[in-house]
Amino acid sequence: MEQKNDGSLAQVRHVVLVLSGKGGVGKSTITTELALALRHSGKKVGILDVDLCGPSIPRMLSVGRPEVHQCDSGWVPVYTDAQKSLALMSIGFLMEDPDEAVVWRGPKKTALIGQFVSDVAWGELDVLLVDTPPGTSDEHLAVLENLKKHKVDGAVLVTTPQAVSTGDVRREITFCKKTGVRILGIVENMSGFVCPHCSECSNIFSKGGGEELAKLTGSVFLGSVPLDPLLSASLEEGKDFIETFPDSATFSAISRISQTLVQSLESD
Amino acid sequence: MRCFSHVCTFVSRLTHPDCFLLMSSVSFNHNVVTVELQSSGDPICSKKSDCPGTSSEQAGKSASCQGCPNQQLCASGATKAPDPAIAEIGEKLSVVKHKILVLSGKGGVGKSTFSAHLAHALASDSTKEVALLDVDICGPSIPRIMGLEGEQVHQSGSGWSPVYVDDNLAVMSIGFLLSSPDDAVIWRGPKKNGMIKQFLRDVDWGELDYLVIDTPPGTSDEHLSIVQYLGSTNVDGAVIITTPQEVSLQDVRKEIRFCQKVKLPIIGVVENMSGFVCPKCKNTSQIFAPTTGGAEKMCADLNLPLLGKVPLDPRIGRSCDEGKSFLNEVPDSPAAEVYRRIVQSVRDYCSNRATDVQNAT
Repeated sequence: MEQKNDGSLAQVRHVVLVLSGKGGVGKSTITTELALALRHSGKKVGILDVDLCGPSIPRMLSVGRPEVHQCDSGWVPVYTDAQKSLALMSIGFLMEDPDEAVVWRGPKKTALIGQFVSDVAWGELDVLLVDTPPGTSDEHLAVLENLKKHKVDGAVLVTTPQAVSTGDVRREITFCKKTGVRILGIVENMSGFVCPHCSECSNIFSKGGGEELAKLTGSVFLGSVPLDPLLSASLEEGKDFIETFPDSATFSAISRISQTLVQSLESD
Repeated sequence: MRCFSHVCTFVSRLTHPDCFLLMSSVSFNHNVVTVELQSSGDPICSKKSDCPGTSSEQAGKSASCQGCPNQQLCASGATKAPDPAIAEIGEKLSVVKHKILVLSGKGGVGKSTFSAHLAHALASDSTKEVALLDVDICGPSIPRIMGLEGEQVHQSGSGWSPVYVDDNLAVMSIGFLLSSPDDAVIWRGPKKNGMIKQFLRDVDWGELDYLVIDTPPGTSDEHLSIVQYLGSTNVDGAVIITTPQEVSLQDVRKEIRFCQKVKLPIIGVVENMSGFVCPKCKNTSQIFAPTTGGAEKMCADLNLPLLGKVPLDPRIGRSCDEGKSFLNEVPDSPAAEVYRRIVQSVRDYCSNRATDVQNAT
């Protein structure tokens, strides 16, 4: 009976939500890079992309538009590699035309997410990362309602350094508190840009906002990821940044964040 | 008027996420506050994704409606009648000459920054009355960008009074109804829609030359509602904001599809964060590289006007954090120059459209 309740998430060890009140701060980027970093350290990783109106992960992992198959235990996720160490399920896979807008109101989104979350045959995974759309609304409530039947380890919050962005993330922290989701930590993205011509560092979107926010709210600061054109270019082409630029400062920042995250997950 | 926001907060706590209550009137009499509530006429099918839709012919009758708690309501036909608010909003906004929506499928591309600066620039002509409405219910950034954090909305005889930045620039946002910067608005769609309806119908906008509406990312409740509620008001069109990368353009194409679906004219596209000029060596870097040709190629493909490309400038973000207008702070920067050109195109579009409408009638 218990087996039946747990359903497709029965063999998933840790579930981590990637949240941000603000859009375009790099939730999908951080999700993708964390997944790749975790895979490099030998973990089996899954990504669930529930951004209905703007699913970006399929492009970032260069999986194109595969057909999603069904088996007895549900939808089979798409594997990005032969070893099946990185599984992806995106709402983008269910759309017929990539330019078609999903113009849905909340209740319909809630219903689809409900099915979507509980019907993927993940198999055995060390970590399942859930990439979410911006805000604190239907999608977030739906994901939580459905995942909580199983368990949610906590959430990683992504912000950029500006006050306009950390302001929205403060609201997301309140959302986590109200819904009883543990905050695993805060990542500051787009933190400083080093000019490739003269090595001058410009803080295009200010600096230090993520760390300040962590202090203010008593959360763990997981680290900051610089604004790196190589990172956004490799995501555009769906390349594995961690394989292509293992010496970059961005890579070491991401791998440190993933290590801290794993420690925090395993310490419970 | 401190109590008014307390009443709002209290009412928002009363309701379940699936049920929305509109405050139809609030009155204060010594120590007694009387709040009249009215439930929103937007029932929700709570059953499943094959719901035929509450306004469809099949509402309440299809097989999937069996067992839905709202089946009877849908079957009664009450849900198919147009919302009376649409006509009320049409009436209310008939004294607003131009209505401009700022949209993007993608988050964080600069919708609020653009909306705020469009409003500032339009209001720099002191003979024009301008208002900025923020319908991003879960992530309202406009109060901070306009330097109005901590401001509260006041109730007057003719509705909610917006907050004024200048004599001719009014602002309304859900941020003004929250009591703390930590307050999260954890609302499902129907409740957000009710708020948007109130913003359009119950705010005392007065006579306006321009109403600029900033939206959240995506193509969902807020967008459908704003288009629906403005249905009888002849919206001038939408400005679409994007950044140069394909990851952003792929979401923006969806937004363009949305505009076509709901027959919302597109004024043009703005490419934001387009190239960064190093303040030290003056070389340009493409931080968000236009790998698929950027907005330029997308506009050519879809036959849309490109209004301009705004470069990345750290001073833009800083001005927003400080609640100041970048156009006043650094008026001689290349980014400010591009901004002014874009705003002029928007002005031209609106006045040409007004002439077209006049000629047509």
